[in-house]
Amino acid sequence: MQSSIVKKVLMALSGIFLMIFLLQHLSINLTSLIPDNGKTFNTISHFMGYNPLVQFVLQPILIFGVFFHFIMGLVLEYENRAARKQKYVYSNTRSSWISRNMIITGLVILSFLMLHFYDFWVPEIQYKYIDHGIHNSSKYFHELQEKFHGQTLRTILYCVSFILLGLHLNHGLSSSAQSVGAVKKENGRIRLLANIYSISITSGFIIVALYHYFV
Amino acid sequence: MELLLKIWRQANGQKKGSMVNYEVKNIEPDMSFLEMLDILNQGLIETGEEPVAFDHDCREGICGMCSLVINGSPHGPDRGTTTCQLHMRRFKSGDTIYIEPFRGTAFPVVKDLVVDRSAFDRIQQSGGYVSINTSGNTVDANAAPIPKPDADEAFNAAACIGCGACVAACKNSSAMLFVGAKVSQYSRLPQGKVEAKERVINMVKQMDKEGFGNCTNTGACEAHCPKGISLENILNLNREYLKAKIIK
Repeated sequence: MQSSIVKKVLMALSGIFLMIFLLQHLSINLTSLIPDNGKTFNTISHFMGYNPLVQFVLQPILIFGVFFHFIMGLVLEYENRAARKQKYVYSNTRSSWISRNMIITGLVILSFLMLHFYDFWVPEIQYKYIDHGIHNSSKYFHELQEKFHGQTLRTILYCVSFILLGLHLNHGLSSSAQSVGAVKKENGRIRLLANIYSISITSGFIIVALYHYFV
Repeated sequence: MELLLKIWRQANGQKKGSMVNYEVKNIEPDMSFLEMLDILNQGLIETGEEPVAFDHDCREGICGMCSLVINGSPHGPDRGTTTCQLHMRRFKSGDTIYIEPFRGTAFPVVKDLVVDRSAFDRIQQSGGYVSINTSGNTVDANAAPIPKPDADEAFNAAACIGCGACVAACKNSSAMLFVGAKVSQYSRLPQGKVEAKERVINMVKQMDKEGFGNCTNTGACEAHCPKGISLENILNLNREYLKAKIIK
């Protein structure tokens, strides 16, 4: 863990793990657009909410992955700032804003996660483990609609966060590939994959939020 | 040409530095950037002021001694050149030029624009070599068959002059392009494979010990490198390091 290369590889692997999770999350969310009055979405959500493997194995791994990624990001940011205590008076670097400001987009995503947990995860934990509510497999779609329908501020906050998430993922995916030692001749394909992935995730989540805002 | 120079002045590593304004006149477009600084210094000496300290040696882009961050870019606005290869025709009369030292905690300022880059020497000493028997039984390197792509990549990595522009350009002051080039230079060749594991582990360990930052793959190092050292060398460094750590 002391080596800068080990740190960046762990950062990359945790990032790749979270990217796979996001793909799965979006896939489930997109089922809420199926015109079956939320039946498919409710079935999958109920499975994810009550399956012991998901709840007691995958969910703790996911929470660990999220915390690890953020803490490691903050540690790396602290070390990197210490590596240049005196800043340039005039800066004109040949690199993208996104690649230089992963900590900013990351902190916005962290703030968004707090809101997202407050909106969906905390009520779910309260219902299941504190209030011991009965299994209700038809509540998820209604809850989703309730959070967004006519809720302008929340919908805007979610959409802005998704855009910043997309920017973070765009550099994150190509950077992760480099950190785990991808060869440079694959750079073109990795960049293409990063663009497709980040645009798909951002637009997918925004479409779901806007759909439930308007419909 | 008449120019306004904003130059970082710092008496030594312990004192605080700041930007100081200087006006220079009668600068010819065909002068090199370093000659322009020579003229500035001549004027300062004649008026009894302390001349601006800056590093330089070969003045033909091969020694890696010159440095300077000019208008925010290490080695100035041109791509693939060192500061000593930069000419004043690149600027217009009336321009304001910001001149700062390479920034990095591992590159402490010695005076004005001169920084101590001996951290690179220590990284090199920790593993940037091959142990060849030179007792008279040395095999001619040209006698060893090496695939052309490997030889080309080794030569490209060996083009690194160790100037430190990668550190200066990186927002994290990371030295991974330099270390990547030095590791790749040997790892591509049969002569370098014998000590490959120890080399990469020791060089990365020394790099971290010197206080360079972590690589976040912004690509600024490659974009500002005067010798066009490719990011592929960092990717190769990652692969070599992981291989060395995983396969004991």
